[in-house]
Amino acid sequence: MLDKNGIAKRIAQEVQDGYYVNLGIGIPTLVANYVRNDIELEFQSENGILGMGPFPKEEEVDADLINAGKQTITALPGASFFDSSMSFGMIRGQHVDLTILGAMEVAQNGNIANWKIPGKMVKGMGGAMDLVGSAKNIIVAMMHTNKAGDSKLLKACSLPLTGVECVTKIVTNMAVLDIVDKKFRLLERAPGVSIEEIKKATEGDLIIEGDIPEMSI
Amino acid sequence: MINKTVNNVTEALEGVQDGMTFMLGGFGLSGIPENSIKELVKRNVKDVTCISNNAGVDDFGLGLLLKKRQIKKMISSYVGENAEFERQMLSGELDVELIPQGTLAERCRAAQNGIPAFYTPAGYGTEVAEGKEVRDFDGKPHIMEKAFVADFAFVKAWKGDEAGNLIFKGTARNFNPLMCGAAKVTVVEVEELVKPGELDPNFVHIPGIFVQRIFQGDAYEKRIEKRTTQ
Repeated sequence: MLDKNGIAKRIAQEVQDGYYVNLGIGIPTLVANYVRNDIELEFQSENGILGMGPFPKEEEVDADLINAGKQTITALPGASFFDSSMSFGMIRGQHVDLTILGAMEVAQNGNIANWKIPGKMVKGMGGAMDLVGSAKNIIVAMMHTNKAGDSKLLKACSLPLTGVECVTKIVTNMAVLDIVDKKFRLLERAPGVSIEEIKKATEGDLIIEGDIPEMSI
Repeated sequence: MINKTVNNVTEALEGVQDGMTFMLGGFGLSGIPENSIKELVKRNVKDVTCISNNAGVDDFGLGLLLKKRQIKKMISSYVGENAEFERQMLSGELDVELIPQGTLAERCRAAQNGIPAFYTPAGYGTEVAEGKEVRDFDGKPHIMEKAFVADFAFVKAWKGDEAGNLIFKGTARNFNPLMCGAAKVTVVEVEELVKPGELDPNFVHIPGIFVQRIFQGDAYEKRIEKRTTQ
């Protein structure tokens, strides 16, 4: 079973040379720590920067330089700043190559819910609806089950939706899956996790074809 | 040159009244119009609608207006950093309209640019789409969103000149340029107000035509929400 950093490490393998990548808040933010350093890529943060760098040193901290999670960041050589409309133009216009975001629930038809628990938690969708509404390559990073132990990979989402039929790939602490014919297809197992355990933790329909390899991370 | 300067924040907010709709720039606490917000608190205008990506934190930014119950309605994309906000919303004291961030930005830009409405895929099939026109383009469904209508826009820029030309800094830019000229009156506060000719026209982000009043703000706290270092 992976921890959050393990999930980030596995997702980092999906990042290819020449990619512009948008990272959501939470586990996705960790992906930046594990991307190979022999490829060229730029991280986009929807509050208006391309070419986002690592966290600053204490003396470099600048209130005018933050990421979408409101953390202080740095700008790498070649970076650019822009307004929020242009930022979402990059997203809606499909200029960003890969979007990685968290979720509370994913359904087997690719629906995703991650912004609201009615009557309990209402934080808002931020940029998530714009991202999932347009991005062609969306990876969801999340734990396979919630704190109560219930599956987050469902036949249908129970929470208010963020987007419909948009998720293409899911990396959890237990498995890598994609969505084919409105079902979850198991691609890889996390180290030490059996197919039986994945079946038990997945409420949605699961396609299991041939040998399912263990992730290499 | 047409001079847009006013002497201070009091003059800048002349005409602000109860029940009005305000646009406020900023992402989190970065690039928020600190001086104008303080003046709104001081004037104690009530029952206002605020269009702002976020709602500040409990004791800074728009959180200051929330604490005094000056806000009737918030239109935002993300409000997760403010406990008082969440309490007022869940208890029904505060009317809240949550909309996708890109849609929020574009509704500002549409207002600025004289475009009454536009179509976007963001929010299709979700509660955001309820009651809105849906139209397919190239086989993909989109929802119609309308330009905002607002009385005042409160904007924070880094540098500005007396003609109202503006330059923003870093990610403090965010929604600020999009709100210029998107309301009946645009009030801009800058960290540094300079004479005409001191800003290189090649590097002006917003031309003064979109600005009605400009003043040099003071005592910027520029609070950092999540100071994160190596």
